[in-house]
Amino acid sequence: MLDALRAENPRGEHLLEVRELTKYFTLNTNIVSRLAGRTRTLKAVDGISFHIRPGETLGLVGESGCGKSTTGRLITRLIEPTSGQIRLRGEDLLSFSAKRMRETRKDVQLIFQDPYASLNPRKTIMQILSRPLEVHNLAKTWHEKRERVLELLNLVGLGSEHIDRYPHEFSGGQRQRIAIARGLSVNPELMIGDEPVSALDVSIQAQILNLFRELQEKFSLTYLFIAHDLSVIRHISDRVAVMYVGKIVESGPVATIFSDPRHPYTKALLAAVPEADPKKPPPRLTLKGEVATPIDPPPGCRLQGRCPLATSICGEVSPALVTVDTDHQVACHHL
Amino acid sequence: MAEPVLEIDNLSVHFKLKRGVLRAVDGVSISVGKGETFGLVGESGSGKTVTARSVMRLIPTPPGEIAAGTVRFEGRDIYQMSDREIREIRGRQIAMVFQEPMSALNPVFTVGSQIGDVVRTNMGLGKAEARERTLEMLQLVGIPSPAARIDSYVHEFSGGMRQRVMLAMALSCDPTFLIADEPTTALDVTIQATILELITSMIERFEMSLLFITHNLGVVAHACDTIGVMYASHLVEKGNKNEVFANPQHPYTVGLLRSIPRLDVQEKFLTPINGYVCNMRAPPQGCKFHPRCAHAMDVCRERIPAFKEVAPNHFAACHLHDQANV
Repeated sequence: MLDALRAENPRGEHLLEVRELTKYFTLNTNIVSRLAGRTRTLKAVDGISFHIRPGETLGLVGESGCGKSTTGRLITRLIEPTSGQIRLRGEDLLSFSAKRMRETRKDVQLIFQDPYASLNPRKTIMQILSRPLEVHNLAKTWHEKRERVLELLNLVGLGSEHIDRYPHEFSGGQRQRIAIARGLSVNPELMIGDEPVSALDVSIQAQILNLFRELQEKFSLTYLFIAHDLSVIRHISDRVAVMYVGKIVESGPVATIFSDPRHPYTKALLAAVPEADPKKPPPRLTLKGEVATPIDPPPGCRLQGRCPLATSICGEVSPALVTVDTDHQVACHHL
Repeated sequence: MAEPVLEIDNLSVHFKLKRGVLRAVDGVSISVGKGETFGLVGESGSGKTVTARSVMRLIPTPPGEIAAGTVRFEGRDIYQMSDREIREIRGRQIAMVFQEPMSALNPVFTVGSQIGDVVRTNMGLGKAEARERTLEMLQLVGIPSPAARIDSYVHEFSGGMRQRVMLAMALSCDPTFLIADEPTTALDVTIQATILELITSMIERFEMSLLFITHNLGVVAHACDTIGVMYASHLVEKGNKNEVFANPQHPYTVGLLRSIPRLDVQEKFLTPINGYVCNMRAPPQGCKFHPRCAHAMDVCRERIPAFKEVAPNHFAACHLHDQANV
């Protein structure tokens, strides 16, 4: 097993490697349902594998309920996976002791979608940004902390006059800058953004996307960028993984995914985006029906009920991700 | 342009709050012709929803107040009507689709009884006829096996199906005018595509006019003929869709269009609009956009620019066009 791993990742060149990661939630867990055997399984993440190289941005895209946020939470171990491996710099994160895990948390930071909910309204910006420094022993004296917090504010484009203010005094865009500063405060290697710009208006969204880019260049950060907006993913990513109902259906370099999508779901997703240009073709849907449910899904491909290409094999065998081109993988029986 | 069905003239809507007056809509003029689709675009808090709601006289007064201007529907002033007259118009002639079907629909009644109520009240149908009509509407908006779903509750539908139910209810009394307030914002992109297609086909089929409120420029680019752009309570630009997208005349519209990441090419950095939206309780003097505008001049800090025609049927409110006309 270890040899196989080394063979695929010879020089440990992947910062993060996720293998066969699975998260099942059991529903109807009350005693009556359990005794009657009526519990159901929600397969939020169902055996996904991907890797991220140092300094690159992997965009994870999919519609609501596809498991992309669960993936982000699993990698930070905010929730524990049902099975699978998460390797950070080649080491199995899931085998870490509580103490080792606590130290490692500073290497992987998560930015949440809603900056109104992710910042404590009772704490000042100084308190919010100095707390991680205390937890990880990165600054001792008040002066050291103050200096570092001012530096962080400056990095995210906020003035030093904001340091003693409370979150409610800021706009959504400014709050997201504070959340990013908090992530940066512990010098992480990997930043996971879980829909970090989707609550923002488009003019502010562009500012925050630029900030992510600047910080990546300055600190050689690696990003896992989770979003449902394809134009945001197109802009920020080096490589893209497309998720549908708990599975990765296609992954590859961003230009390839957007110019030569191979999976019927990726194609449908791209055709459905209304582009802000009346000369472009209008959005249309090439799939039938609605997103399938991850609760007790039938065997086979998750797209089978909606796919124009579906045949009998799609109802029996779940397609594996196969490499169709350099770094380009697709999970479909009908390539 | 076809004869205007809806004319909003110099509308100002104010809200009297404890901490002062909030000017939610300030001097907005829009007219929508028969069969026309008008897209009103703007970011959160720009006043687009308040504009739409004032058409249906849905502004709560107090604290709201129509401070100035008129809203005319088929030539009649909405705000001069009696309660009875406005009720005749609501639902029957002007129908509205809201963003959150889960909160706009009642969770304790079946969708059949809710749509049935609407048609019984507005069209005076009997119980059996109303049910017949409801089934017909559910079929029309593409609810699979409507006979099986008519007695379901709202929570039993998915987001996209709920929005179809809303649309079925809105269209049930054959309105001539539809107001859609962010009808696809809560939906996934593939579901959005189907709902947009549905709205567009319904508009054509029933020869309705449409006032479409959205923050998504991609959606208006495909769903509307004419667009209006709002910023901080003001209408800053208005014109034919192709004209506005190809040749935007207000720096805010230019900025918005540049802020959107593109799908065809990857640029390293985007061109955002600097700064943040002004505090609406203490807006800046002069043009509301001047603190964020790269072209701001002295006059912008003093006077609100007039909304005027800068090209045939293309309007903008910007002092940059002052000199051009001198």
